[in-house]
Amino acid sequence: MGVLGHWLEAAGIPTVGISLIREHSERIRPPRALWVPFDLGRPLGAPRDAAFQTRVLRAALRLLEAPSGPVLEDFPDDAPDAGDELEGWACPIPRAAAAAPSTAADLERGFRDEFARLRPVYDDRVAQGGRTTVGISGLSLDEIGDFLPRFLDDALPPSPRDGLGLPLALKRAAEDLRAVYGEAAVAGPEARPPTAEELSQWFWGETRAADLLRAIRDRLSANADPELALVAGRMLISARR
Amino acid sequence: MARLEQLPGAIAKLLSSAPLPQFASTPFAIGPPLDGRRVAILSTAGLHRRDDPPFSMDPTDMRVIPGDVAAVDLLMSHGSAHFDRSGFQQDWNLVFPIDRLRELAAAGVIGSLADFHYSLVGGVDPAALEGPAALIASRLAADAVDAVLLVPV
Repeated sequence: MGVLGHWLEAAGIPTVGISLIREHSERIRPPRALWVPFDLGRPLGAPRDAAFQTRVLRAALRLLEAPSGPVLEDFPDDAPDAGDELEGWACPIPRAAAAAPSTAADLERGFRDEFARLRPVYDDRVAQGGRTTVGISGLSLDEIGDFLPRFLDDALPPSPRDGLGLPLALKRAAEDLRAVYGEAAVAGPEARPPTAEELSQWFWGETRAADLLRAIRDRLSANADPELALVAGRMLISARR
Repeated sequence: MARLEQLPGAIAKLLSSAPLPQFASTPFAIGPPLDGRRVAILSTAGLHRRDDPPFSMDPTDMRVIPGDVAAVDLLMSHGSAHFDRSGFQQDWNLVFPIDRLRELAAAGVIGSLADFHYSLVGGVDPAALEGPAALIASRLAADAVDAVLLVPV
């Protein structure tokens, strides 16, 4: 991010950046940056908290009036949901059976069952909220649910779309799958949405979908196709897990 | 959270090994008071309209986001699996704070919003972004933008 600020300012356009990694900003020394103590993926701090987002924005925009630089300021407050005092969040989706599947057939069955139970929750949420971030694969949910388990077969599946290579099809279908789960998980009547950490623990720790993605990684991370190996080995699973 | 020492080990390792240029000096452009500025967002979250092609593996890929884009039409196709997406799923302003900027413009804190905003995918070799940055700079100048909010993910 900081390098973009450097080049835009060199072209005469003032910038201010939000910084998530303070060490990077210290090294690049962009013209103006506000370091924020938030999770990666949450540069404005907290979803559905307009007042907090506005505080972050005002603190950043104020730096545009600094007379000289570089300027690197720290935002003083943690995100509102970052405390340890929060009550436990429980995912509204029924948990999978405790035992991890031991065969590919078990895993596929477990995933299909879980996906079928989760979809009505997702569909209801979309029907009520009108917004979904699912869609980068261009595949329907039926197609996603059928396509991903085929990577457990002995032979690789064909790409589900003409003109789209198998590596990108895998990556985008996996992201759409994660988005279906993530959006379903926040659909419950809970008093508060889950934190990023809670959702991450739930998805990667408790779902058959995550088991499926890990199985695909294990099968393909040394594939002869370097792009497929890259996607499977480094772009499917969060390094947090 | 995000000081490297506070991140999970594998993520900190990835981030601390990222190629980072060091510049001998820092350019510093100035502009009018904030309430006269025209503001654009540049996001490295891999954002694009639903009808646009998702980001590919090409690090120079860039998307233009019209200022009248609706929340239902903005998707994210960043390649990294290592950051939280659940916040964006709940509220696009967490990553693309356009509603907040519209409010600040209506309140007179900033002058106006640009007609167009921009997105790239971060976490790539920074050298690959110099070309897209030059293209974005020329478009920003044509849009009379004099303040860019850089938003990472």
